Parts: sequence; C-alpha cells; structure tokens
Amino acid sequence: MSEEYVLQLQHIRKEYPGVVALKDVTLELKKGEILALIGENGAGKSTLIKCCSGAVIPTSGKIVVNGKEFTSMTPQLAAENGIAIIYQEFNNVKELSAAENLFLGRPIRKGIVVDKAAMEKEAVKAFERLHIKIDPKTLMKNLTVGYQQMVEIAKAIQQNAQILIMDEPSAPLTSAEVESMFEVVEQLRDEGISIIYISHRLEELYRLSDRILVMRDGEYVKTLVTKESNTQELIQLMVGRELTETYPPRGDCVKEDDVVLELKDVTGNGDKNISLKVRRGEILGLGGLVGAGRTELAQLIFGAAKKESGQIIFKGKEINPKSPREAIDLGLALVPEDRKRHGAMLGVSIKNNINMPIYERNSTLSVIDSKKEREIAEKYQKNMAIKTPSLNQLVKNLSGGNQQKVILGRWLAADSELIIFDEPTRGIDVGAKYEIYKLMNDLVEKEGKAILMISSEMEELMGMSDRIIVLAEGDMTGELGKDEFSQERIMAFASAANVEEV
Amino acid sequence: MKENKVVNQIKDKAIWVVLVVLVIVFTAANPRFINPNNLLTLLRQVSMYGIASIGMTFVILLGDIDLSIGTIISFVNIICAYMMVNMGVNPVFAVLISLAAATLIGVLNGFMVSSVGIPAIIATYASQTAFYGLALIICGGMPISGLPKGFEMLGQGYIWVIPIPVIIMIICFAIGSFILNKTYFGRYFYAVGGNVEAAKLSGIRVGRIKYLVFAISGFFAGLAGIVMLSRTASGNASNGADGFEFEVITCVVLGGVSITGGLGKMSGVVAGTFIIGALKNGMVLMNVNSYVQKIVMGVVLALAVGFDCLQNKKQQN
Repeated sequence: MSEEYVLQLQHIRKEYPGVVALKDVTLELKKGEILALIGENGAGKSTLIKCCSGAVIPTSGKIVVNGKEFTSMTPQLAAENGIAIIYQEFNNVKELSAAENLFLGRPIRKGIVVDKAAMEKEAVKAFERLHIKIDPKTLMKNLTVGYQQMVEIAKAIQQNAQILIMDEPSAPLTSAEVESMFEVVEQLRDEGISIIYISHRLEELYRLSDRILVMRDGEYVKTLVTKESNTQELIQLMVGRELTETYPPRGDCVKEDDVVLELKDVTGNGDKNISLKVRRGEILGLGGLVGAGRTELAQLIFGAAKKESGQIIFKGKEINPKSPREAIDLGLALVPEDRKRHGAMLGVSIKNNINMPIYERNSTLSVIDSKKEREIAEKYQKNMAIKTPSLNQLVKNLSGGNQQKVILGRWLAADSELIIFDEPTRGIDVGAKYEIYKLMNDLVEKEGKAILMISSEMEELMGMSDRIIVLAEGDMTGELGKDEFSQERIMAFASAANVEEV
Repeated sequence: MKENKVVNQIKDKAIWVVLVVLVIVFTAANPRFINPNNLLTLLRQVSMYGIASIGMTFVILLGDIDLSIGTIISFVNIICAYMMVNMGVNPVFAVLISLAAATLIGVLNGFMVSSVGIPAIIATYASQTAFYGLALIICGGMPISGLPKGFEMLGQGYIWVIPIPVIIMIICFAIGSFILNKTYFGRYFYAVGGNVEAAKLSGIRVGRIKYLVFAISGFFAGLAGIVMLSRTASGNASNGADGFEFEVITCVVLGGVSITGGLGKMSGVVAGTFIIGALKNGMVLMNVNSYVQKIVMGVVLALAVGFDCLQNKKQQN
C-alpha cells in the first residue's frame, strides 16, 4: 500500500509550551500528483511543511519518504531524500547571476576557482528542461519575481527533488506569471514529480490540483478529490468549526448618524479604492487573510504610510496625517498587531508607556508635570485593571494581556476617538482575552469611541463586530451586516472566490 | 519579578563597589592616592570626560555613537584661540561662538544620520576626519598661544578649594540628569533606544530626536573643548585628537549605559567617569608605563562592552 505514496506524514503532532500546533495530522502524497493544502491562517499548514523540511521537529508521529521511516527530518535528510521547498521568501542572492544562484552553496569548480562557464552551461540545460528562457548570466536582481521563482524551481529540480513543496507560490506573481508558473508545475507533475501546493486562492486549486487536503486549527479535516468537490463544500470544511467561545454582550450603542471615520476610494500602500465608514459606538470588523492589506490600511489611516489618492474624513473634516504624531493629535490611535515590536516599549515602565504620546501635552517648557504623569498612569491602571505591584514596573515583566492593557490605556489617556485594533488578542491567553473584549465593549458603549478591528480569528470577528468588511489582496471584496455574518461568507470573500450563492 | 528587582539593585550598585575597591587598591599601593589634593586633581583630570559624557550618554541611549567629539574639541580649541588671539574677539563672545560651532557640527551629524541615513559610526567618523583637517588648516598646524589672562581662570582657577572644571562637570551632570529624568526628551531617548518602531507609533518624531541628541553631544564636547583650551593655555589641534571619544565611550558604557541603547542612568555614568579617573591617576602614581596604560584602557573598554553584550545575550535566551 505504501508503495503508492512517495511521502506520508502519519499522525503528526507538534506541541509548543501551552499550545498544540498540530494534532494528529496525516498527509499522503502520491507519485506525480499535485496535492493542494488549504486552511485558514493558523490552521497549521506552515508548521506541517516545516516538519518535512526539518525546520520543525514533530513531538510524535512518523514521516515516511519512499518507504523509509523517519521520526523527524533535518534539512540535509530532506535534501538527500529529494524533498525541496519553495518558500514565499526566496533564498537567493540578488547580486549573483541566475546560474550562480542555481549552484549556490555547491558551485561547479575547476581546481579552487569557480567554473562559471560550466555552471552557465548546466543552467541553460536546467532552464530548458522547464521550457523557460532565462539568460544564466542575468543578475538575480534584474529578473522579475516570476523568473526568480523559476530559478528556485529549477534549482530544486537540478538537485533531483522528487517532492516539491510550494508555499503560496502565486502570492507575489502577476496573473501572466501565475499562468506560466502553472505550466511549469503541470509539466513537472507529468514528469512524475509530486507536488504539495499551498494557496489561499480557491480557483487555483481547481485549476491545478488533483486532490485537496483541508486543515483547520491544527487538525486534519478531510482530503477531497478535486474533481468531485466544489467551492462551497471546501469553504465549509475550512471554517466549519463549532462556535464555542462566548463574547461579552454589548447594548446597541451605534450612533447611525455620527460617522467618525470615513474613507473614500483610499488607495496606497498596496490597497486599492477602499471606502468605508465607522460610526460612533461601532466596532467595524476588518476581515481577510494575511496579506490582504488590512494592516497596510491601518498604517495609511494612522499616517505611518503614504496615501496615493482618495480621502480620509475624520469627524467631518478631511485629514492627511503625514506621521503618527499628527494622527495621534487628531484623535486616532493604533494598537498594533505585533505587540512586542510595534506596541509596547518593553524596557520602559508602565507609567512611561501610558504617558508616551501625551508627554508634550503635559509639559511646560519640556519639563514633565510629574504629578499629572502619575495620576494619569494610576487612573488607567485602575480602569484597565492592569495587574502590577508598581507603575514603575517595566512592561517586559507583564503578561501579554496586561501589556495589551497598557497599550490600550495609552490611547485612552491620549483621548483618542477612533481606535484601530490590529489583532487585539493575538498571543493573549483565554482569560485575558475576555477582559480585552469587555474593555473594547466599554470603549464603544460607555466612552462613545469608534473601533476599527482587524482580526484573522473568525470567531472574534463575528463575535465582536457590528459590521464586517472583508479585504482580499488590497481590494474590498465584501461587506456584511450583523445578520449576514457567517464563516462561509467571510471565507468566500477573503479568498476572493466566486461567491454568488454560498 | 522580585528576584529581578534585587538583581537589578545589585547591578546598580556594583559599579560603585568597583570604584571603592579601586580606591582601596590604589591607596594600598600608594597612600598618596587618597590625599584630598590628589583626589581633586583626579576630578579635574576627568572633568573633560565627564562634561563630554553627557552628550555621549544621550547618543548611546539612542543606540547610536558619536566619534566626532574628540575632533570637536580640537576644532573648538583652534577656533576659540584663533578668535581671541588673532582677531582680538572678546573671550565671552569667542566662547559662545565656539559653542555654537560645536553644536552645529552636531547638527551636521544629525543631518547625516537622521535625514540621509548614514550609520552614525561612519557619519561621525567622517566629521571627525574633516573637522580635524579644518582645524589644522586654520592654525597652520601650529599651536596658538598667548590667550587672555582671564580666560585661563576657567580651566585653572578654583572656587574655594574646588577646581572650576570640576564645578562645571558637576553642573553638567546635574543638567544631564535633569534632561534625562524631568523632561520628556529623556523619556523619548529611552523609548527610541529601546524600540524605534514602537516609539514612532507612539508619536515620537524620531528624526528630530536624533538631530537634537547629536546637537547636544556637539555642545557638550564643545564645552569640554573650551575647558581644555583654558587649562592647557594654548590652542592645539592635538588636544582631544588622541582617542578622546573612546575614553568618553568607556566612561559611559562602564557606567552601565547599554551600547545597544535604551538602558542606563546618569548616576552610573558619573561612577564610570570616576572609575576611569581613578584608573588613570592611580596608574600614574604606581608608575605604570604609559603604553601599558593604553593596554589597560583598551581592556577596560572591551570588558565594559563585553559585560553589557553578555547581559543582552542572556536576556535573548
């Protein structure tokens, strides 16, 4: 039976302290097939393929390559057994030629010098085999992204890869480039090479794959034969979880006529023609997959990136913040996605973190009013219920939930009216999540703020938002009112699939 | 959390313990070390490092470095002496103009680092080289002597028994401590040095802060240059040109300011400066060969930075 499969991942489990990333996932790859791997962000696709490359050591389970059993891989073992991975970020050296990149790390040598001519000759052969035309002397930086990817593929094949794993290969490509990539991939399949193809784009899977493996929340869901399935079924499998988490209730506090923020055809930073409205007392959810352009939109509004065209209207006036400073002074706030890199200043005290955006307001001749500084910190420590022995505690000594509360306190202290939350509860434990949700409710209900919430967690998005807008690849693909919320609809918009009647 | 606090407190005090041990060792080796006159001399010797260390502390807190301060001292020595001796400018004006020039060199560093994006180590090294050349052109490579009598008071005079340079140093440390602890600029320095991205998103205009900090560094280096000119009583381009910046960096890093930025205190820098002073003075009293002294200073710098880096490494793990 196992003769039929070139690669089998059997009952793979991967635990990290406190989290189970993969629970009993089984994958079987036949010779000469394209197996698509699909799932939401955080479904465990990347962790699974990293088990194949040796970047992740599974806690339990077996990896069987051509009948040989392994409990874990190493990068060397993977290469020796013909497994190659094309990552989204290419492993190339921009200043070297295509041929040199093809032989990176194992150049053809003549004595102690590199034999460029021989490498170029081999490169021509390798490219011809894939029916692609690349001058091997061209520097990598002068090739388009599509061709750079081809060099990566050629490199894998040149190293006798029999199993090719491609992580979202179409994401950086133009549609013409995608088409030629498909042709190469199909040709490789016909030559007997097995391919695992990861993508969010459903239509690609139907165009390309033989079978589709669906994962959800670190679990294996089902393997489908592509011809016998349809988009609707697929989306249901991807998102079909029981909605278990409860969200703190919130009264109807949306002030329909009081639009706090309006975007009109805003373009820039990778986003195209985004129009939306956020009203006072409203939480507008912004859904989509990673790379959909949601964080980029937040940066545009917050003055951290440049707008190309369109209008941002805040409280009835058009604004054009050129820096976060301007945005903050207007009354905008951003709680960033990566708390440790962009949010909290870890080596700085709670008191200073909370006061950071408003020091200039509370200083005379640049001398800080230290009484006010302390009072503000105390007030928001209390309001946010930040657990700490002292306000002078450094933020790095706090738990994730408490760090997030410090950042929230910072923006309340700055008197912000519109607060953008980018993944508000990422990396926060369940108990603290509920507290953050309650705080967000209080913000809109009691304080009359408006919230724009970016979230990749379907449940959070549906549990907290009054409305949801979905982006896909920089485009607005859908808007849902509360009574229209469903995981299937959001997923369909997010993968920009053709979703007439889902 | 508690353990951390205790450890931190010990670390805060450790630098003072080192200073006390050093004093005991040098006193044991030569009792003249502890003589009040010698201690005042010691303080006077380090006063210029102390004055310049204020600006350097701010720069290093941001995670940058300023290699130009030694040359700023040479440049200030030359232009201030030239104005007073060759142009007959009133000493007060000469000093003010010199300080303004020093500050402007700092602004130029700020421009290169902040607006152009040249790494601070290169930008300030470029200033160092260029302004040394300019100083040499102005003075024609010769010392300028014959400074006005009153001007020499600044570096050589006393108020009661305390040398004036020491008093200037104390005032500078007080100002530095005030900026760092009482004004929002101090908060910004720590925030930028600790996490530039988070600082930007909290509304700090990082570019302006860099300009400011390099300007401050230029100013304090200029002031150190004035004191040095007054003390040596002749404008000499070689004043400050002999690795002065590295001695100041050693004082600052030894005082617990992290070379990667975001961490450190003014009081630590005071201790670091005193340690360098004690080392230099003590080694002279012990008749340590001046070449050997260089080796010791190099080792101390490596140890101070090495200790800091090991700490960072430990935290990352």
